Amino acid sequence: MDLTRKLRWRTIFSRGMDGLVGLLTLAALVPLVSVLYMVIRKGAGNFRWSMLWELPPAAGVEGGGFGNALVGTLILVGIGTLASLPIGVLTAIFLTEYSLGSKSARIIRFCAKILSGLPSILAGVFIFGVLVATTRQFSVIAGGLALGILMLPIIILATEEALLRVPRFLREASLALGANRTQTVLFITLPAAGPAIITGVMLAVARAAGETAPIIFTALFTSYWIHSLTEPTASMSVLIYNFASVPYDNMVNMAWTASFVLVLVVLVTNIVSHFVVNRSK
Amino acid sequence: MSQPQPTTIMDETTPTLQTAEITSMQVAAPIASDKAARLNAPTIIDIDKVDFHYGQNKALHGINFPIKEKLVTAFIGPSGCGKSTLLRCLNRMNDLVDGARIGAGSIKISGVDIYDPNVDVIELRKRVGMVFQKSNPFPKSIYENVVYGLRLQGVKDKTRLDETVERSLRGAALWEEVRDRLHTSALGLSGGQQQRLCIARAIAVEPEIILMDEPCSALDPIATVKVEELIHELKQDYTIVIVTHNMQQAGRCSDITAFFYMGKLIEIDSTEKIFTNPGQKQTEDYISGRFG
Repeated sequence: MDLTRKLRWRTIFSRGMDGLVGLLTLAALVPLVSVLYMVIRKGAGNFRWSMLWELPPAAGVEGGGFGNALVGTLILVGIGTLASLPIGVLTAIFLTEYSLGSKSARIIRFCAKILSGLPSILAGVFIFGVLVATTRQFSVIAGGLALGILMLPIIILATEEALLRVPRFLREASLALGANRTQTVLFITLPAAGPAIITGVMLAVARAAGETAPIIFTALFTSYWIHSLTEPTASMSVLIYNFASVPYDNMVNMAWTASFVLVLVVLVTNIVSHFVVNRSK
Repeated sequence: MSQPQPTTIMDETTPTLQTAEITSMQVAAPIASDKAARLNAPTIIDIDKVDFHYGQNKALHGINFPIKEKLVTAFIGPSGCGKSTLLRCLNRMNDLVDGARIGAGSIKISGVDIYDPNVDVIELRKRVGMVFQKSNPFPKSIYENVVYGLRLQGVKDKTRLDETVERSLRGAALWEEVRDRLHTSALGLSGGQQQRLCIARAIAVEPEIILMDEPCSALDPIATVKVEELIHELKQDYTIVIVTHNMQQAGRCSDITAFFYMGKLIEIDSTEKIFTNPGQKQTEDYISGRFG
């Protein structure tokens, strides 16, 4: 029996495909790594702690920070989460626990998928039309709700996925012990799906924190601290957008630093939530 | 639980002592001497000419027989013969399946038609407990698993919960093994322990009937022996209906055996009779492994 290696066409083809797969993986990593590299290189160097609590500088002035934008982003994302989390989770519960496989469930799921592909600027325009144009007031609430619209489909789809992965036998065990459907959802299904739901919510938060377009139309921007939820507010993404396009070095550098801080904030939120989820398990 | 019962190997010891070690691989002899008297026990479940449908498919055809109180009734038959379907009719777990319905006939438990629109399904499931094929403890502590049914009913009294946990775990021959780690996750138990925990969870709500859907099919032989011994103990207090693919298991732990084929009840009789001298050719072929 001859077992020596021979160079065959299929071997060459296989090697070639191996190489191609590796190459394309590297290509996919290039934008990710280079963006992170640029943000850290250009942003981390100029970072000062005082930037976290100082107001943005005027044009041509040195110093300053983005404290109001950081607070603004946190509040905007907070409002977005408050608005979308209950609706999203309850919708997912309806889809999986109350109407699995029904026509209404299919329609709702389809709508959620369409909504998840919605250009974010349209969420801004929608809220602009509904809230800003009617009240003649740019506001934190409008900005938060615009973010909420973007977060909603992500939360619905992630929660639905998480609930579907809870094994059917756990639901049956609960029902067989005399639980009704609500009790089963509250005590068994939701806790079992909890970690996966939180991961989905974090994805939505990360997406919302970086959105610019829906906020320009709704929460606008201001150089001052936030005073009330019915006024405009600064936000990190709009600050980056504004400062990146001006001819003043201080502001351009601050846009880089703000990007760096925004990435850090999202990262830290993710790590903390993972930690909390793992501990509760 | 202390009533003498010569058919099991566990009789000389108390339940608490039995659990600590695996006493033996010896299995119980199938037939009790007082058999004839016991087979005349009162009827608790009356299955009356039941047809059952999954959508267009008729899964059960005119099933008609009584289930006797405080006996173990085994349903045997090849896969797809309808034995699990019938079992799930008895606590209306089939309600959860789309398009599943009783087409004709009735099922009465203690004289009450359980498919009557006025019947509270929740109440029914409290009285008819169920143990599933795959052990399915909740991802909670052992303690919380056992008291789940009571918590659903709004019981908050700590003493009562504690008592129920001990009583149920003793009843399921699991207390000695887990008494020191009641508040650790139930998922850390072995497969056999998990299945006995599921039995403890079922008896914690004090049902009258316990349905078991192939409770040992995922267990190794040693864990299977333990669960079978437990079934012997439990029939002092509960009516047990068990679906099994394991012929020896039906022979070892049941008093009455019903053989199903293609959605029909072929034969029901005392387990002794079914396994030694069945009345139907099909039953004999199935039991002797010559089926098909």
